[in-house]
Amino acid sequence: MAEVPRYFPRARLAELISVVQRAGFRVIGPRVDQGALVYREIDGVEDLPQGLTDEQAPGHYRLAANGTQRHFSWANGMSAIKPFVYAPRERLWRVDRDTHGIHFRPLMSIAPRTAILGVRACDLSALILNDAHFLRNLYPDPYYRLRRENLLLIAVNCSHAASTCFCASTGDGPEVSGGYDLLLNELEEGYLVHSGSPSGDEILQKLATARPSRRQLDQARHQLDACRQQQRAMPPAPRLTGLMSRLDHPSWDAVAEQCLACGNCTAVCPTCFCHREVEAPALDGQSSVHRRDWDSCFNEDHSYLVGMLVRPDIKTRYRQWMTHKLATWQEQYGRSGCVGCGRCTTWCPVGIDFVAQARRVLEDEA
Amino acid sequence: MEHKPKIAIHKFASCSGCQLAFVNMGEDLIELLQLVDLVHMAEVGSMAPEDQQVDIAFIEGSITTPHDVDRLLKIRANSACLITIGACATSGGIQALRNNADSGEWMRSVYAKPEFIQSLSTSAAIANHVKVDFELWGCPVSSRQMFTAIRTLLYGVPPLSLREKVCQECKRRGNVCILVTQDAPCMGPVTRTGCGALCPSFGAPCYTCYGPAEGVNTASFGQRLIGLGLHPDQVARRFASINNAAPAFSEATRLFAGEEGKS
Repeated sequence: MAEVPRYFPRARLAELISVVQRAGFRVIGPRVDQGALVYREIDGVEDLPQGLTDEQAPGHYRLAANGTQRHFSWANGMSAIKPFVYAPRERLWRVDRDTHGIHFRPLMSIAPRTAILGVRACDLSALILNDAHFLRNLYPDPYYRLRRENLLLIAVNCSHAASTCFCASTGDGPEVSGGYDLLLNELEEGYLVHSGSPSGDEILQKLATARPSRRQLDQARHQLDACRQQQRAMPPAPRLTGLMSRLDHPSWDAVAEQCLACGNCTAVCPTCFCHREVEAPALDGQSSVHRRDWDSCFNEDHSYLVGMLVRPDIKTRYRQWMTHKLATWQEQYGRSGCVGCGRCTTWCPVGIDFVAQARRVLEDEA
Repeated sequence: MEHKPKIAIHKFASCSGCQLAFVNMGEDLIELLQLVDLVHMAEVGSMAPEDQQVDIAFIEGSITTPHDVDRLLKIRANSACLITIGACATSGGIQALRNNADSGEWMRSVYAKPEFIQSLSTSAAIANHVKVDFELWGCPVSSRQMFTAIRTLLYGVPPLSLREKVCQECKRRGNVCILVTQDAPCMGPVTRTGCGALCPSFGAPCYTCYGPAEGVNTASFGQRLIGLGLHPDQVARRFASINNAAPAFSEATRLFAGEEGKS
């Protein structure tokens, strides 16, 4: 935390939300849905979870009461920011046929100004990786960019790590280091707040805040220190490139026995970006809509080349997912593609532990 | 287009729900009938004979009698393209559960004069008897599936066949996984996409309407269901549902029903 933050009591969180709404943003925040926290639109503070924590383990997610008044005393929910910038299903363009020929036009949907409340350090790191993929190349993605430019990010430093978290080992958390407009530290009785951008400054100016006490600053620091004590640790990035010299390791066969190739891991991964494109013609044959859907390296068509599947079985698909995420990603984007959120492990229906699997291939004892 | 392609929709042992996917197209049905001639569909009263030449024959239902076999052979011989619609035609349907029973015994116990009944001992998928050009899975198939198949064939290309798992679509819809949060025995990880993850979107576990997905790992998934508290026999029954005779599911049924015998 670079500069001294400001403080506001918990009762004033509602005011922060309405200031953001009045500034023209729809607010997305954590909400309870089917027993998990998920980012959905919220009307106000009453939609947020309160006094809830998450218990995560491989293939397991439960919410439990923790006896506090806190709104953010959990590690993470099912989805990150990804669906709000890279839509799971998106209409890209449309083609129409008339007597003069065929005509293409882009289908850019309107991106509403969107504030996301409760963003975690791992998810912000992932967003920076999303930016690298979608924006920093020869052909920046206009659909992504439109949504990205309309985001206001209200981050929260974690006060609790799930058993599946390992952001401390990847260097992505638990403390938010940048990329936010506002940053909160949730304390027993209120919030420390930092601004990280001109948009953040504007919001903060409209909010009644006070100077925090020494005790409040200490509490925030202690929470983060406790959060760094995580049960899992991914081996360091230079070590992960070693996966590529172990493509024949027997533990790929072992994981393939367990893996369902269902692609839940890639869908919840905040940095996975693969897609397929689909044509949806109108019945009369005179027009068609071209669509982009999230795809997964666990799907057969993902590795289809004329007449063959490059990765025909679960073993080669799992190996592709892990080696790309942890090893070849480093060549492509300058760092590993894993931000330590642990979602791939929690949301795997059969509970495959991503960190443990990487260690097995590397024969690296935890 | 020089001629209006001829389409037939034939019914075998089935509930007619898949034909309704055609009728339920609404306004699209009017549009579709500008593009094709519907020559046979018992549900709406078009009854061209089986040896009428058609461009696309859709087949609903499974093959359960010797008469069915004769009809099917005639249809196949007179159709340029033959497409199965629904679980019955594509895998044998729920009625294929009888394939594991003594059908003669059943007939004798139910009917006073079983000698009047001419029935095969199994309920078979269309592909067990003739070459099938394309399969539309589902119970029932959707209007969208039928209309997309016809549209792409009118363009002269084969319809796109997506065989990914239901989980993929479930995640695109932003649903929370009820297997992970509630230990629900959701069959999404082994079931083929196509329904739009309908049941999980309402918090109900998937029950395999669209048959096995591509590259399924039923052994691992069944073990996981046992880990969630299901008895091996309950696991076997989860697989022995609407598409029980699809090979991936019938093998899984045998595997877990067998496991019960061992315990």
